[in-house]
Amino acid sequence: MIRGTIVVNETICKGCELCIQACPQESIGLSDQVNIIGYRYAILVQDNCTGCVNCALVCPEAAITVYRQSKQSIKQKSTAQV
Amino acid sequence: MNPPIAYNGLELVYRRPVTLTDTPMHYCPGCSHGVVHKLLMEVIDEMGIQSETIGVAPVGCSVFAYNYMNIDMQEAAHGRASAVATGIKRMLPHRYVFSYQGDGDLAAIGTAETIHTVNRGENILIVFINNAIYGMTGGQMAPTTLPGMVTSTTPYGRDVATMGHPLKITELVARLPGAAFVTRQAVHTPTAVRKAKKAIRSAFEYQRSRLGTSFIEIVSNCPSGWKMTPLEGNEWMEKNMFPAYPLGDLKIPSATKPDAKVKEEV
Amino acid sequence: MNMQQSEQPRLMKGNEALAEAAIRAGLQGYFGYPITPQSEILEYLAAELPKRGGVVLQAESELAAINMIYGASGAGARVMTSSSSPGISLMQEGLSYMASAQLPCLVVNINRGGPGLGTIQPSQGDYFQATKGGGHGDYRLIVLAPASVQEMADLVFEGFRLAEKYRNPALILADGALGQMMEKVVLPPEGTLPMVDKPWATTGKPEWRERNIITSLFIQPEKMEEVNLQLQAKYQQLQKEVRHEAFEVEDADILVVAYGLTARIAQKAIELAREQGLKVGLLRPITLYPFPSDVIARYTRTATAVLVVELNSGQMVEDVRLAVNGRRPVHFKGRMGGVIITPEEILEELVSLAKEYRVAEEKLEV
Repeated sequence: MIRGTIVVNETICKGCELCIQACPQESIGLSDQVNIIGYRYAILVQDNCTGCVNCALVCPEAAITVYRQSKQSIKQKSTAQV
Repeated sequence: MNPPIAYNGLELVYRRPVTLTDTPMHYCPGCSHGVVHKLLMEVIDEMGIQSETIGVAPVGCSVFAYNYMNIDMQEAAHGRASAVATGIKRMLPHRYVFSYQGDGDLAAIGTAETIHTVNRGENILIVFINNAIYGMTGGQMAPTTLPGMVTSTTPYGRDVATMGHPLKITELVARLPGAAFVTRQAVHTPTAVRKAKKAIRSAFEYQRSRLGTSFIEIVSNCPSGWKMTPLEGNEWMEKNMFPAYPLGDLKIPSATKPDAKVKEEV
Repeated sequence: MNMQQSEQPRLMKGNEALAEAAIRAGLQGYFGYPITPQSEILEYLAAELPKRGGVVLQAESELAAINMIYGASGAGARVMTSSSSPGISLMQEGLSYMASAQLPCLVVNINRGGPGLGTIQPSQGDYFQATKGGGHGDYRLIVLAPASVQEMADLVFEGFRLAEKYRNPALILADGALGQMMEKVVLPPEGTLPMVDKPWATTGKPEWRERNIITSLFIQPEKMEEVNLQLQAKYQQLQKEVRHEAFEVEDADILVVAYGLTARIAQKAIELAREQGLKVGLLRPITLYPFPSDVIARYTRTATAVLVVELNSGQMVEDVRLAVNGRRPVHFKGRMGGVIITPEEILEELVSLAKEYRVAEEKLEV
């Protein structure tokens, strides 16, 4: 499985939950605390993010940055396993 | 503000567009405006046309669009954005010009300007955010409000007998020869967002080829106006808005000829 | 007006002289709509301007036209529109926006009889609308009043110059007669009004500057007040651009104040009055905003009474009264609805005033 992760700008997230719905891995949930503008914000609640970018696409605040395993490192891993 | 290109050994695959300013957007949680602003700026980034693009902001929730888009912009009077865009494009024909308007701006007070701008085939992009309600002024009826829909000026639901039917302005403008590219999109799911972005990209390319007016309607939600959560709003939108405003291309220019083909259903 | 005029005089209609002058003044874009009695301006430019490198577009309404002007001006172009009274009413929203956004442009009002749909005959009923802002909010237009076909041409240059210098819309307040009449005119040559630098225009944001935003929305009241103070400071500066013409005022007992078409008619009446031994003079404002208040105040010191003549119910007379400030009696004579006053009517009024103030030294013919 491809590894990925997201970085959410917690100060501008408005807790609209669109990213939570869009995530095919159910990796995202809402924080318990509220941020400076009074919203519970999106956080990773599981470690299974694949970096598919779905969450970032639907985010109305453009608050999400997505990272993913590079193609090179996936190749290296699979060749190493052989 | 640039994110790092690597994080925990993982490489950057998606970041907020450069041309979107750092100013946090004031829209309600889950509002489609933010997504569309993001897509417009992404396309401008990818095409490298920040210094060649001029936008026109409307009166409506997105009246402050110029606070979020790092391009030269003009604020138009209510309904007049396509006329303002016409003035800009006629004087600067080699620039990319777009107007960004809501349902009141484009289909109520601005109806004449909208129809005539498209009729002239002005080489601009008109972005039409249709959420069937007047957001900024507190949730009044829009020309595109659905029958039976409750708004602050239709407390008993829109009665078509006295208030008319929803105005299908997109179908109207698609019939005009000056309209080169007319499409209806949404931004509520990742797939929809990808399609919408493609449409915006195509529109800018058609503008480069001077094929006529591109008109993109984005069927949008308005959680505050509809008095729902963003997720509920998207569900309601799929159930009620999409049947009234079906997604898809109404008109696309042919690759070789400037004349556009109108789809049968229009 | 000190302008190099090496051209031959031509016989031209007012509207066409204005249009030709606009092209020579460097007009880049014209967005307008037909309305009698000024459609010739649109028609002339539609034929001529594209040949000389400019853009002409007949808009779907005056409302659309003024907003195209807003966009084009915001993009840095030298632009003009024209209409007549009812169409100018439609443009008021756009003009308020342009004044607030500090955009230059030239608007021409070929004033016709009103109110309402009115008539196509000339009138001066739009004085208030022109000089008091016209649209909503605290702003003014720069208003110029030609009184001849020559001035229809010359004031176009002045209008563009002032509009761009002060970043404010300028309005030429003419009327149907001036628009339609044919007179000798020596057109100003091209190239005498160079383009000005507009670093604030939306031409596409290059890397080396911040984005330009053209807006009239200043939602914080403190910011809106700041903008208003800027506008008021501009209008203060504008006071030095006052223009007027004085005719036989040095020894005048009765001072006539009139502008545009009415001033020409008044001038004839004054000639007739002088023949009868009455000492009458004419003060003709050429700028209606800024208004020549100081000039009027100065000339009324030696006069006994003031007569304001207008083709309306009495509009400029209010500004004259303010300028005179109670020092002298101010009378008014006017015709409305598109009826043009005659020199004889004005003369009659002058004679009656002369009697009233006993300024005639010789016996007057009744």
